[in-house]
Amino acid sequence: MAKRLDLKDVDIYYGSFQAVDGVTLSIPPNSVTAFIGPSGCGKSTVLRALNRMHEVVPGARVEGEVLLDGEDIYAPNVDPVSVRRTIGMVFQRPNPFPTMSIRDNVVAGLKLQGVKNKKVLDEVAERSLRGANLWNEVKDRLNKPGGSLSGGQQQRLCIARAIAVQPEVLLMDEPCSALDPISTLAIEDLIANLKKQYTIVIVTHNMQQAARVSDQTAFFNLRATGEPGRLVEIGDTEKVFSTPTEKATEDYISGRFG
Amino acid sequence: MTDLPVTGGPAGAGDTGVVRGLPVTATIPEGHVRMPDTGPPPAPPPDEPAGATSSRRGDRLFRWLVTGSGAFVVALIGAIGLFLLVQAIPSVLVDQDNFLLSRNFDTEDPANLRFGILDLLLVTVEVSVFALVLAMPVGLGIALFLTQYAPPRLARPFGYLIDVLAAVPSIIFGLWGILVLAPVLEPVAGWLQAHLGGFFLFAPGNSGIAGATVFTAGIVLAVMILPIITSITREVFERTPRTHVEAALALGATRWEVIRIAVLPFGRSGYISASMLGLGRALGETIALTIILAGVQTPFSGSLFDGGATFASKIALSFAELNNDLSAGAYIAAGLVLFVLTFAVNALARAVIARSGAVA
Amino acid sequence: MSTTIDLDEPAVGPTFTPISTGRKIRNGIAAVLVTLAFLVAVVPLVWVLWTVIAEGLSVVLRPGWWTQSLNGLLGRQQGGGAYHAIYGTLMQSLIAAAIATPIGILVAIYLVEYGAKSRLARATTFMVDILTGIPSIVAALFVYAVWIAILGFDRSAFAVSLALVLLMVPVVVRSTEEMLRIVPDDLREAAYALGVPKWKTIVRIVIPTALSGMLTGISLALARIMGETAPMLILVAYAPFINYNVFAGNMASLPLLMTVERANPTEAGSDRIWGAAITLILIITVFQLIAALLSRVTAPKTK
Ligand SMILES: Nc1ncnc2c1ncn2[C@@H]1O[C@H](COP(=O)(O)OP(=O)(O)O)[C@@H](O)[C@H]1O
Ligand SMILES: [Mg+2]
Repeated sequence: MAKRLDLKDVDIYYGSFQAVDGVTLSIPPNSVTAFIGPSGCGKSTVLRALNRMHEVVPGARVEGEVLLDGEDIYAPNVDPVSVRRTIGMVFQRPNPFPTMSIRDNVVAGLKLQGVKNKKVLDEVAERSLRGANLWNEVKDRLNKPGGSLSGGQQQRLCIARAIAVQPEVLLMDEPCSALDPISTLAIEDLIANLKKQYTIVIVTHNMQQAARVSDQTAFFNLRATGEPGRLVEIGDTEKVFSTPTEKATEDYISGRFG
Repeated sequence: MTDLPVTGGPAGAGDTGVVRGLPVTATIPEGHVRMPDTGPPPAPPPDEPAGATSSRRGDRLFRWLVTGSGAFVVALIGAIGLFLLVQAIPSVLVDQDNFLLSRNFDTEDPANLRFGILDLLLVTVEVSVFALVLAMPVGLGIALFLTQYAPPRLARPFGYLIDVLAAVPSIIFGLWGILVLAPVLEPVAGWLQAHLGGFFLFAPGNSGIAGATVFTAGIVLAVMILPIITSITREVFERTPRTHVEAALALGATRWEVIRIAVLPFGRSGYISASMLGLGRALGETIALTIILAGVQTPFSGSLFDGGATFASKIALSFAELNNDLSAGAYIAAGLVLFVLTFAVNALARAVIARSGAVA
Repeated sequence: MSTTIDLDEPAVGPTFTPISTGRKIRNGIAAVLVTLAFLVAVVPLVWVLWTVIAEGLSVVLRPGWWTQSLNGLLGRQQGGGAYHAIYGTLMQSLIAAAIATPIGILVAIYLVEYGAKSRLARATTFMVDILTGIPSIVAALFVYAVWIAILGFDRSAFAVSLALVLLMVPVVVRSTEEMLRIVPDDLREAAYALGVPKWKTIVRIVIPTALSGMLTGISLALARIMGETAPMLILVAYAPFINYNVFAGNMASLPLLMTVERANPTEAGSDRIWGAAITLILIITVFQLIAALLSRVTAPKTK
């Protein structure tokens, strides 16, 4: 199920402002890749370019190639909707649909695809909630609104919602930054599990988290304020954290700036 | 299937809140404490600065002035209500017919008043509901078009276009309706009567003048309430939390599906209350209906092709001729019923909005 | 996970899960319908404006239109103008504005700066709510009941103004309230900290900050009441000549002129109706432009 992603010389713009310059990197299947770097360096922007969420902002555009198993997701004949269907996303703030029950939130994506069979939907809901380590906590109140859960539970609900449609890749933009330490641990455990099935890209500015959950780490930085962000280095997490090749990476990791 | 422009923030404060009937306080940015008086103000007005008795007197005077004007408005409306009742009750008491159930409205002879509101009520409700049924889907469509489909650069000018519709005086809509639109609608009306005439709504009506019908009036009214429905609905849709829109997009929702699972659930109560405000406006519309609806002698049959009079048009048509208080009282009584009706509809609209909390 | 689910996707499929045709069609239909809805609204707008311009433009370009009344002209006689009605429309609405604006502003100040959640404030808000949705014909009946039936005054242009006041006050209160509420409390507190009394803070600091929005709201409210017709039908009789006295006698206004000329089947009558219509639209447009201009000129300078 999992697929690989390759970026080739990707430039990303908001109108005339270039936010990201010349990113080239590869994300192997069934791995966790962490994006780290000071805020404003374009981590979220790159992440959102990976499932064509970037172009939702008026005037925003992407240049270069983003390949999913060798196919350019920006090719003219590719429908952004099917790209997003294939590459799921979890956001910084948990965003369950407030008017839907927990169960309906999980199967929202399937329902869009026209799945109506109640048995199938129930099955998928259970499986996804189990997959998101949430089943035991909510199995007795599946019909309660999604907003009735705690922040950490809501975020796991959003993860369940994202994996219910069985995407190839799962993008996560600082999924724990709005959560308490215990919920954060729960999600980190979950990520380690999800890796078996999905290719995962996670933005975090928590270095320990990157070190704990990821296989490879990409460090982004700005040359100067107002300049576009760029990829400074990417490599095995262990290596990037122990012996980074770039001085900037070392400075950032050791907390000397940012 | 291109992408959904997620519009930035809510529209500027400048173009909100001026539609008559808008449910109050449309755009209050969060985070501003309402008023210094609600809690202990961090820096209270200095009450005792050295030798500042004059400023304290100024304060007291000003407080008295503004509080007085608040009280004045309350007293004024209260008094008006009282006076209206005082005018209406004697006429209703000497009414030879049942005020609620009679279909007559005969006030020629003050010594023998025969009037009831049934026909007025039926015509008013039918023409307004017909207008609402036409305007609701179109208004929803426009609000969606302006917030979700129109290119961001054009959304604003397009929005102004709809607002211009609100600025055209009703009398002009009325004239256009009867002189220009009604003849164009005649074939449609004829077709409906010929093919669906079995159903009471489309049965041939009693209006002696071509096009001077509830049908024409309802269509014109629909155009007139469209801007009310659109402007409020649009404002609510614009506030759909971006996070919900993005959540839907990230699941692989098409633009329409984003609307269905994020925009509509969020904006539904705003849309409903906007529509009810539109209904309130339709119920009380006067001059356009006065111009369009033909006066008739026979009772209202329920057909869209009837003429007749609404509360407002009846009052407008007859009131200037009145020369005695008892006859006037009959119309004032009808006016009070209209007032209660619009008030109930507007209050309901406000309640819907307040309960949902979707709009600040 | 090995549970197979009944999705209509093949096990080894294209890289991107395709979107079903049904969904694409539904999406397309929605787009078409929504765009149609907008066009449906534009049609009557263009049609109405076109009608008014086509029928009335030549009339308002006649030399006497803006400077003469219809005094002494027969129904079928061409000529004359709408000066008397323009005067009436402007006079009735400006008097209404002159009364409604201070009341509305004071009430709004009361509600925002003093009322807190007191019982009077709640009662005031309730009454303003009532006024907000009140049909203009009912407002006219209000004025009739009090001013004419009980207090015994004659029908006059001033009675019309009073009815317009009832329609305008809630709009002024609402827009002013909204503008006062968005003035940040920091400004008020900064003034208090300097020892400025509360009323001076409001008059010198809060109101000037909110002024731009307030003026816009007031001008738009004014533009709105100018198009009202119902109060004229009940509260004043039409005069084809100029009457400068708002307190006595019959007086024309543009809507009333149009209503009266409806009974005139001649071409002259039709010309007068559409001429008055275009004049009314022009006047309303001018006031809306003034509103836009005022808000630009008085906007707090931020840069
Ligand atoms: N919607 C937007 N419009 C314009 N510029 C944006 C937008 N979102 C982000 N940016 C800019 O793009 C750059 C990268 O932002 P972002 O990707 O959010 O950084 P990060 O996630 O690394 O903190 C920043 O300079 C930011 O100001
Ligand atoms: Mg970010």
